[in-house]
Amino acid sequence: MLDVVLHILRRDLRLAFRRWSELATPLIFFVIIASLFPLAATPDEAQLRSIGAAVIWMSALLSSLLALDGLFRADSEDGSMEQLILAPAPLGLVVLAKIVAHWAVSGVPLLVLAPLVAMSFYLPLAALPELIAALALATPTLSVLAAVGAALTVSLRAGGTIIGLLILPLTGPVLIFGTRATELAALGESVAGPLYLLASLAVLAVSLGPLIAAAAVRTALE
Amino acid sequence: MASATHGDHFGACPVLTVTSLEVRRGGIGLLRDLSFELSPGQTALVTGANGSGKTSLLRVLAGLAVPAAGRIDWHGKTPHRLPPEDRGDIAYLGHRDGLKRELTVDENLRFCRSFWKGRGAVEPLIAELRLEACRHRYVRRLSAGQRRRVALACLRLKPARLWLLDEPLTNLDARGTDVVIEWLGRHAAEGGVAVVSTHRPQRLATAASIEVAL
Amino acid sequence: MNAVPIRRRLWRAFHRLGSPPYVYRLAGRLSPWLGVTSCVLLAVGAFWGLVLAPPDYLQGDSFRIIYIHVPSAYLSMGGYVLMAVAAAIGYIWRMKLAHGLAVCVAPLGAWFTALALVTGGIWGKPTWGTYWEWGDARLMFELLLLFLYIGYMVLRMSFDDREKADRVSALLAVVGVVNVPIIHYSVEWWTTLHQGPTLIREGGPSITMDMLIPLLIMLAGFSLFFGWLLCKRLQGEILRRESRTRWVRTLAAEAGA
Repeated sequence: MLDVVLHILRRDLRLAFRRWSELATPLIFFVIIASLFPLAATPDEAQLRSIGAAVIWMSALLSSLLALDGLFRADSEDGSMEQLILAPAPLGLVVLAKIVAHWAVSGVPLLVLAPLVAMSFYLPLAALPELIAALALATPTLSVLAAVGAALTVSLRAGGTIIGLLILPLTGPVLIFGTRATELAALGESVAGPLYLLASLAVLAVSLGPLIAAAAVRTALE
Repeated sequence: MASATHGDHFGACPVLTVTSLEVRRGGIGLLRDLSFELSPGQTALVTGANGSGKTSLLRVLAGLAVPAAGRIDWHGKTPHRLPPEDRGDIAYLGHRDGLKRELTVDENLRFCRSFWKGRGAVEPLIAELRLEACRHRYVRRLSAGQRRRVALACLRLKPARLWLLDEPLTNLDARGTDVVIEWLGRHAAEGGVAVVSTHRPQRLATAASIEVAL
Repeated sequence: MNAVPIRRRLWRAFHRLGSPPYVYRLAGRLSPWLGVTSCVLLAVGAFWGLVLAPPDYLQGDSFRIIYIHVPSAYLSMGGYVLMAVAAAIGYIWRMKLAHGLAVCVAPLGAWFTALALVTGGIWGKPTWGTYWEWGDARLMFELLLLFLYIGYMVLRMSFDDREKADRVSALLAVVGVVNVPIIHYSVEWWTTLHQGPTLIREGGPSITMDMLIPLLIMLAGFSLFFGWLLCKRLQGEILRRESRTRWVRTLAAEAGA
């Protein structure tokens, strides 16, 4: 059963690198949103410092939503989703493998990019490890939520816009604890509280989300 | 609605039994009170006009969809409730071939074999289907007929005893069709069971032991 | 030994609830009672709350909007739970009527959520000096709840196939109901960090009996009103879903005669 998961991971990673432009788009999107914020607000250092955490988290949220839109659509269009439903492993596990593969190529680069963006918003250097930790705990939850949205809309042509409508209201808690952790870190205070909460959200999302997404994919392709 | 003509092995005990099956799609009843059974080595040909429910029947048999009423029994189990470890026993080839466009023919076949813990080597299949020239080409660069051949090779790599083929002859030339017919014969000789839908029943008549007309 | 017949009886009741003609007639029989009782309760509660109850010592007469605000906020949440439970039953037991019920609850719940938001804003003007206060946890929560309702309805509408719409949207409702408490508590946590508790959070020292009794009457009246609307909508939904069956044709023929 585990080898099925490994096979899917390996295939999805290989596919992701073959289509690297799709891979890079959400990351570039992340940087663009973050760099447009000062244009909309002000280049003033004090103000940028105060909105920095919010900007990073909003950009991460929107870009991870964009990245996951096609997670199941490509597979359902070429018929490999049907084969995965019939795979010799529970569909929840198969879906989890796909989410992990996608997170590895979209979430992890975000952890590298986010500190650079954070520094441009005058976030203190000492706060960067906490920012990375918070993002590392939050991006799995965001990936799972977006995957659930992608699964619910897999058989719809206009899936992309609806995903935002379905999933963004559910991302409130991640946004609250993520920005809070970043703000606390910038002030030099302990971020343990929000990090624990982000971790528990991640555990909940990773354990329940793939099951729901699997049920949605199965129903949509029924 | 269904007519079972004749079976080759009257003595053998049936492994796939369909009893008063009712299938609905989008609130419309497609199949009603369909019954047939297959013993090891038998092949059923599903015939009918477009929209008569051939694809829906195969999807229900594969466990991709749930019947509205009736029973399907595959070795004592229901396909849509099959435990994961038994799913390798059923191979389904639908309209869409399930190949990855950005992988080469070789990579697709190797994935298929290791994913389904399949038997046999990839090379003889490639030779038999005359895919040597495009073996290391991306699937998206192949013609529709070549893609169909790769999908059939994938099927052959799975260790499945039940084959569910939805219009396997689509896009295939005369030589490809011959290969399919030969494979169906070999599968039956090994004791396998197949359900094949087609709108060209004459071409596959030699391979079939039962006709299910929808 | 004794449990068997009881279980069987419960199963029979459950199965009857899956029969469209039975539920159609049940809803038809219930709705006049619900309608009359809710109107009486709403009239009594409104008169008591708006005229007889004493003004609040801090907020004066402006507090009286709680007689509409609190029941609609309560129904907005109760409606979501009802919708999710009905949808889950429909998904698990493939019960079409349960999906029908979920479909009927969604717009009602969304309207009561909107009502809670609007009355909250109107209440906010004399209390905070602004119609919309971003820092208030309950308003924020109601807003997110409204988005969840809208998401559910939009997802339903984007499917052509009703059965698929039923089953996929049921999963969304379940995801939503798992998230509702999380959203609720995280928003509470967020406001306590960003600003001190507002005046209303504490709800005044304690609510007096004169204010509480009309509130309870209004809560009961609103709930029965919700039930009445639900019965009416459910009847319509059943007719729409069963329009091709014989019993609906007979019904239509009788109505036409």
